[in-house]
Amino acid sequence: MTAADIDISREESGGDSGAPRRVRIQAPGSQPAAQGRGRQAAAPRHTVFEIRDVSINYGATRAVDQVTLNIYRHMATAIIGPSGCGKTTFLRCLNRMNDSIPGFSVAGQLLYHGHDLYGPRVNRVEVRRRIGMVFQKPNPFAKSIYDNVAWAPRNLGLKKGLDERVERALRDAALWDEVKDRLKSSALGLSGGQQQRLCIARAIAVEPDVVLLDEPASALDPIATAAIEDLIHDLKRRYTIVIVTHNMQQAARVADRTAFFSLDTSGPQRVGTLIEYDDTERIFTNPRDPRTRDYVTGRFG
Amino acid sequence: MGGRRSGRSRGDVILLGLCAAAALVAVLTLCEVAYQVISGSSDALSKFGLGFIWHATWAPPFSQYSAGGFITGTLVSSAMALLLAMPIGVAIGIFLALQAPARVRAVIGPLVELLAAVPSVIIGLWGLLVLAPFVQRIEPGLNSALGFIPLFGSPQTTGASVFTGGLVLTIMIVPIIASLSRDLFLTVPPDLQDGAAALGATRWEVIRGVVLPTTASGVIAASVLGLGRALGEAIAVTQVIGNGNTIHTSLFETGDTLASRIANLFPGTDPLFTSALFYLALVLLVIGLVTNLVAQWLSRRFAAHAAVLR
Amino acid sequence: MTELFDPTAPLAASGNLRRREIVSRLATGGAMAAAVLAIGVLAIVVYSVVHRGGSSGFNLDFLTKPPPLFGGPGGGIAPELVGTLVIVTLATVIAAPVGVLLALYLTEFAGRRSARIIGSAMDLMQGLPSIIVAVFVFGFLVAGVGQSGYAGAAALAIIMLPLIARSSQEVILLVPNTLREAAEALGVGQWRTIVGVVLPNALSGIVTGVILAVARAAGETAPMLVLSSVFAVNQFKLDPFTTGAVPNIPFFIYNLVEQPQPGSIERAWGAAFVLLTMILIANFIARLLLARSRRTLAR
Repeated sequence: MTAADIDISREESGGDSGAPRRVRIQAPGSQPAAQGRGRQAAAPRHTVFEIRDVSINYGATRAVDQVTLNIYRHMATAIIGPSGCGKTTFLRCLNRMNDSIPGFSVAGQLLYHGHDLYGPRVNRVEVRRRIGMVFQKPNPFAKSIYDNVAWAPRNLGLKKGLDERVERALRDAALWDEVKDRLKSSALGLSGGQQQRLCIARAIAVEPDVVLLDEPASALDPIATAAIEDLIHDLKRRYTIVIVTHNMQQAARVADRTAFFSLDTSGPQRVGTLIEYDDTERIFTNPRDPRTRDYVTGRFG
Repeated sequence: MGGRRSGRSRGDVILLGLCAAAALVAVLTLCEVAYQVISGSSDALSKFGLGFIWHATWAPPFSQYSAGGFITGTLVSSAMALLLAMPIGVAIGIFLALQAPARVRAVIGPLVELLAAVPSVIIGLWGLLVLAPFVQRIEPGLNSALGFIPLFGSPQTTGASVFTGGLVLTIMIVPIIASLSRDLFLTVPPDLQDGAAALGATRWEVIRGVVLPTTASGVIAASVLGLGRALGEAIAVTQVIGNGNTIHTSLFETGDTLASRIANLFPGTDPLFTSALFYLALVLLVIGLVTNLVAQWLSRRFAAHAAVLR
Repeated sequence: MTELFDPTAPLAASGNLRRREIVSRLATGGAMAAAVLAIGVLAIVVYSVVHRGGSSGFNLDFLTKPPPLFGGPGGGIAPELVGTLVIVTLATVIAAPVGVLLALYLTEFAGRRSARIIGSAMDLMQGLPSIIVAVFVFGFLVAGVGQSGYAGAAALAIIMLPLIARSSQEVILLVPNTLREAAEALGVGQWRTIVGVVLPNALSGIVTGVILAVARAAGETAPMLVLSSVFAVNQFKLDPFTTGAVPNIPFFIYNLVEQPQPGSIERAWGAAFVLLTMILIANFIARLLLARSRRTLAR
């Protein structure tokens, strides 16, 4: 990795036309400026994750094959696809949550702001401090609401203005008004939707750069889901969001860019791979790949 | 009793009867233990009353008996064992449940449990013939370094001391605390730990901030169970503690515990002596039952707590 | 909101992370050290017993010959070995059926409340110090009659009962309900389901529990000291039902340490070696069986 490479990757604009990768089906002319989501596209896009030919293996089993895509700053990127296609596995690679799984290995290049995420001198804790994650099932700690949010900042030594920090995180997670009178009561007493927003508050309390969301609404009712989706709209102004969802409407509602993963059954093993990655509108209205079209129109999966 | 329904066959009734009888036998045995110990100590109870508990005279020739010295010795040696064994046992639990690769866990776990299977008489034999001479050599050093604390008084023994007793008890209860706390840590949902790790916490912060608080009451229950074992251990202690009679603060002097004194002198030489030993057993039984009930209450609390998390 | 860090900086530890990582390394290293310490103590104990009891002077005679009555060299521990086997066998014959029936009562018959009460009683029983059990059996069976093998066996049975009941309960609960339902769907009575389906499926797990309880009981010394300790070391006593103490290894070891004769300590180590070997082998077999029963029940 040379300095020049870093510069290129950071100033690269969205089209990324010069990369004739197998799974990239994006045509040179697809600069999204002309489309409805041009607000972000007007400014040059900063690449947060530059992912090149990434394959993920568990022991001898390949889970994800040859994925290439860029994830841009202050956008919500959705990853959709049928179950078992490696969406979550891929997402968990982005902040090295898979490291502790026996047999896990990753091949290819995963650059975060130009730095190799799996490079030799990378500190996993530092990675996760910058790239937070919210999980499918709400997993609040068996602590008070306040301590759930304050725990990570305390670890980081951010003890000054802790009350304000907790309040800000809870406000940003649209939870403050519901819990401000019972900050000292147990987080386990909250409803599922509240718990999930608390987990989001917990994640943004340390002001990460990226927030990864792994099907954050799949365990929630429709009202709580709507609240989470509104929240994602607000959050992407300040954070880069990557969200895995099995709910296509949700992806259409919250995401600027959408990646469609599917199972490649052509080889001896069924393995997850990226089929198409583009602006969300394009994926849902005019996808290039017939497999994407089948999926988004409900003919498959 | 549940599961009652019409049309039970004779076989069902017989089996139910046998099973219920077994349960009854067990419960009756427990009551009978309490009854025997109380009735055996009635002579001493009426002669010495509750003063038996805090006086410290033990003079069989003058028919003077009391438990104070042995209660002190029991509490001091068991407290020392608990203080040493709890951090060590919990640390082993952490290592086995949260750090060691599966293959290492499969080897080390059973070995730690094997330590609990070594009979107390062998631990005692080893304690007397191998550990005590070693302790005898380190006691002066501990005394000169820490002698300003009354606990570490000047060594007066051949290595047989309350300190050696405490070490032997530690060895006996570490595996209990270790395997129980390992099982507890394995129940902490992985997504809870992932949630903490995803906030940029180090491995230790995840353990201290999430794993230990979620299992705290269970870990304490495990430790209390270990304490119960230490309080009641007779043989290994009596072999190494020196069987002293006096109340004192120094760990390096000889002492004695309730269980050790009973084991050492039972059944005594005259009826009052026997009754006094039964009274010691009664005191030990009460301490043991209280400890056990506390452990049960704590682990039930943990179970309720764990159910919420799942 | 100002950013706390430059997201484009290299991914090495920043801020206070270096210190936190050191703390984490120390703590996790300490946990490993604790495990090493425990294994080290086990190794030292086993080494001491094997080195001093198993190497010099250990031969077949030690297992087949009685010890000389008044100490001195030669001979073995045969009466004690046989006596321990007799007492433990009798205790197992008492405790195993009662324990398994009790486990069946808890899993198949008891309502929630009675299960809780009896479960709690089992925990209390398991927490009873063995010296208390010994004192109880003394008051119950020995006072006024004299020491005997059956008194010792009764005490060991009380110690084994909660161990067997608890471990049997655990494996019986592992028997899949589908098996029970399949049997009941055939219209057979509950007892046939239990005897024909539940128990056979749980058998190796139950046996594991019994073996572990036997291993625990074989080394129990306090009950032997109180209930079966006045014996001539060189005489066999095979009948545990008559009055009179039955020689046994645990008390033999305990007592030898206090003997002044030369060779007593060596004999104590030798007896400890035999006892520990038996217990370790029993634990090993139990573990093999446990792995097997897990495999069958997991299917």
